[in-house]
Amino acid sequence: MTEQDEGRSNPLDELLGEFVELELENVTIEVDELKVALRPMVRQLAQAAARAALPSRPTSLIPTKFQAKLPQYTGTIHEITIGATKGEGGSRSNSITIGGHTAPAWDLFQAPPKNRPIIAADVFDMPISLASVVKAHYKEVMHDPAEWAKLCVDKFGADVITVHLISTDRQIKDTSPNEAAKTVEEVLQAVRVPILVGSAGDPEKDGPVLAKAAEVAEGERTLLCSATVDVYEPVAEAAKRHDQVVLSWTSLDINQQKELNRRLIEWLKPEQIVIDPTTAALGYGLEYAFTMMQRMRLAGLLGDSELQYPISSGTTNAWAAREAWLKNPELGPRELRGPIWESVTALALLLAGNDLFMMMHPAAIKTLHDLIDWLMERRDVKPEDYADWTTVTIPEGA
Amino acid sequence: MAKLAGPLDIYPLLPGTNCQECGEANCMAFATKLAEYTIKVDLCYPLFREDKYAKKLADLQELIRPPVREITIGRGEKAAAIGGKLVLYRHDLRYSNPTSIFLDVADNLSPDEFKKRVKEIEDWTYVYIGQDLRLDGIALRGVSKDPATFSKAAKLLEETTDWPIILCSLDPAMLSAAANATADKRPLLYAATPDSWETVGELALKHNLPVVAYAPGSLDNLATLVSTLRAMGIEDIVMDPGSVFQAGMGTTVDNFTQLRRAATVDDNELFGYPLLAAPITVWAGHREGEAPELTKWNEVLAGSAMIIRYSDIIVTHSIDMWTNLPQTFLRSNLYTDPVKPVAVEAGLMKFGSAGPDSPVMYTTNFALTYFTVESDIKQGNVDAWLVVVDTEGMSVQSAVAGRKLTAEKIAESMEEYGVAEKVNHKILISPGMAARISGETEETTGWTVKVGPQDSSGIPKYLQEAKWREE
Repeated sequence: MTEQDEGRSNPLDELLGEFVELELENVTIEVDELKVALRPMVRQLAQAAARAALPSRPTSLIPTKFQAKLPQYTGTIHEITIGATKGEGGSRSNSITIGGHTAPAWDLFQAPPKNRPIIAADVFDMPISLASVVKAHYKEVMHDPAEWAKLCVDKFGADVITVHLISTDRQIKDTSPNEAAKTVEEVLQAVRVPILVGSAGDPEKDGPVLAKAAEVAEGERTLLCSATVDVYEPVAEAAKRHDQVVLSWTSLDINQQKELNRRLIEWLKPEQIVIDPTTAALGYGLEYAFTMMQRMRLAGLLGDSELQYPISSGTTNAWAAREAWLKNPELGPRELRGPIWESVTALALLLAGNDLFMMMHPAAIKTLHDLIDWLMERRDVKPEDYADWTTVTIPEGA
Repeated sequence: MAKLAGPLDIYPLLPGTNCQECGEANCMAFATKLAEYTIKVDLCYPLFREDKYAKKLADLQELIRPPVREITIGRGEKAAAIGGKLVLYRHDLRYSNPTSIFLDVADNLSPDEFKKRVKEIEDWTYVYIGQDLRLDGIALRGVSKDPATFSKAAKLLEETTDWPIILCSLDPAMLSAAANATADKRPLLYAATPDSWETVGELALKHNLPVVAYAPGSLDNLATLVSTLRAMGIEDIVMDPGSVFQAGMGTTVDNFTQLRRAATVDDNELFGYPLLAAPITVWAGHREGEAPELTKWNEVLAGSAMIIRYSDIIVTHSIDMWTNLPQTFLRSNLYTDPVKPVAVEAGLMKFGSAGPDSPVMYTTNFALTYFTVESDIKQGNVDAWLVVVDTEGMSVQSAVAGRKLTAEKIAESMEEYGVAEKVNHKILISPGMAARISGETEETTGWTVKVGPQDSSGIPKYLQEAKWREE
């Protein structure tokens, strides 16, 4: 077992803290081969039979096939690899590939996702203010990004780590690029999974900070987060020089996203770009992100080369919704409300086609990993294995 | 995608008299709105009134029939219209008729518990962007497996509520007993199966009720059942290919997607019916003694996945705020019209009896942001001015990141709305989320900027403490 496999074996109840006590076991389902017959003639005959039978009622079931036309997609989403092993010139225990899709998200009948979506746990280079039910899981490590990263990988099963260098902001601590790069090195030492580097969002500092990070992480194929319409040149330049990947981040505007990608491609190869149209929280504009992602994926599949990139989401933004964290007994326990808010935000974007999730609450991380497992394949479930929910007994008070 | 009728297809089927009875300038304008599904055909009164238009009307109704049939459950004000879907992706036009959320009531509860549960369902509500989020209906489950008990419970339900009802039992004898008791309420029958189609189909025809075709295991099974019910002459069908979650979620999502795609993209009439999913099925995996929260957690995931993937009805059990807020919010988000900007008018808002001494705050014109801030200020019962900056309908956080909320924008707005003339101080309270631009804002506006709370729920306390006035 790798370190993150161990992390992933954590039951959900432990991650929710003291609130729940027992673990749900997986439901076992027998798998048969899928058979969807595509025989229009049969269906037409059946329909004709159905029409002919109208005057007198049918005396037996009218056998009918489900038939559907598979759409044609000419485009493919690029595959982007993050992290590099020793053999690949880095020092990670594994690299990880996202994208490569040839069909809309989770249209299993057409093609399953080429690569699984992945989860990056957010780590910050200084203690930050967090919703208390999130903080409860991190308060011991908030002063130490390396320990924080280890916790996310070993205990919470994160696939990769994002280290956010927010202290570099001139209005926060104005940490120098050199100093910030040391944090990146510490995190690279502490964990062996691929890492992502996030800047503070300070237009003056982001360029130099990410450039220095790209330099010290040479060979590791990190994702530099982010290039924006305001700050893209130094980021693209650094990624080109040190062979890193760039997150192309825009603000809920598909044309702006295309424009930024067009500029980045002057420096970068298509295999070096991941896109992020901005994630708004469930209840607070989630539908914009949802639709943007669906449109970008479809446009890419239909041949728009400026949008054929895997998609990333700052899913932690879910916590911007006050319903996720408000202490209000009428809204129920926030130990559950918070992580389910992040989980449902993630689920919506998962179904829209997102590939890389930046997340925080361990129960939400665990839940999204489960959801990905559950969605990855179509299992044939026999009619008798469907539970009769009309008669199932539900515990009193539940 | 299936081609929806355009104005030019519709126009020849209208009277062409430009009578304006519908309220539109002419028949072409009416045709345009019909093509966008933003007006009801019933408003063309002559078409219905005059016999000579009978053929046109019939053709028109056929032409604009949504790819997914619309079906009504229940009667009166509370009736639930389901289906009527036009497109596969919301960005293709919009989603219509938000997923109806039906909560279950077991037929073997004592009358008191029964009524209490019904009331809980009816009363569940939350205020969100100026609207009351609510649940939609009640699914009566035949847990007793006894037709007499089920029928009695149906009768009690009929007397207790005017909400739409689904009668849920796979035993035709039970459905028959309960349908007799409640037929006037136009309940949805759950379900006709490959075993019971004949009896349940007859029942639906006899009482003229909508019926669910439930055939799990394969889409061929479902196609066969739907074909057969149609051949019986049943038109109001709801389809259920079976709900299985957790390890089976991929199968369920795939089935629902294929069915909705067949109806909306392939224009396959056989599958042009609303879909029902049953997140409640997760309770079949609940083990005695286990914490119910874990099963509820899975029910929320199942419900959310199915709201996203094309369910027109979900049947679910949990009624907690933490389980139902995320689902009702999600539904509300996805069923928003994607072309309508979710923005309010920018300007200067006055709260209470704000005067020259009152604090001045600013926010953005994203509807959700604005209504949240508005409700918080009102709750605090404080006098205040609020500058609503036009950020093209973006929230504070997104607008700062996307450069739609800048020091220049703020200065322009304050100038335009004459804020300086309203007050005798030069202190501006910024949203906590816009702290980043507070320095620039001071420079550009010449006002002192105080950074307010991160979330607007902190506004009343912040203003009471009057720290904004301190130097």
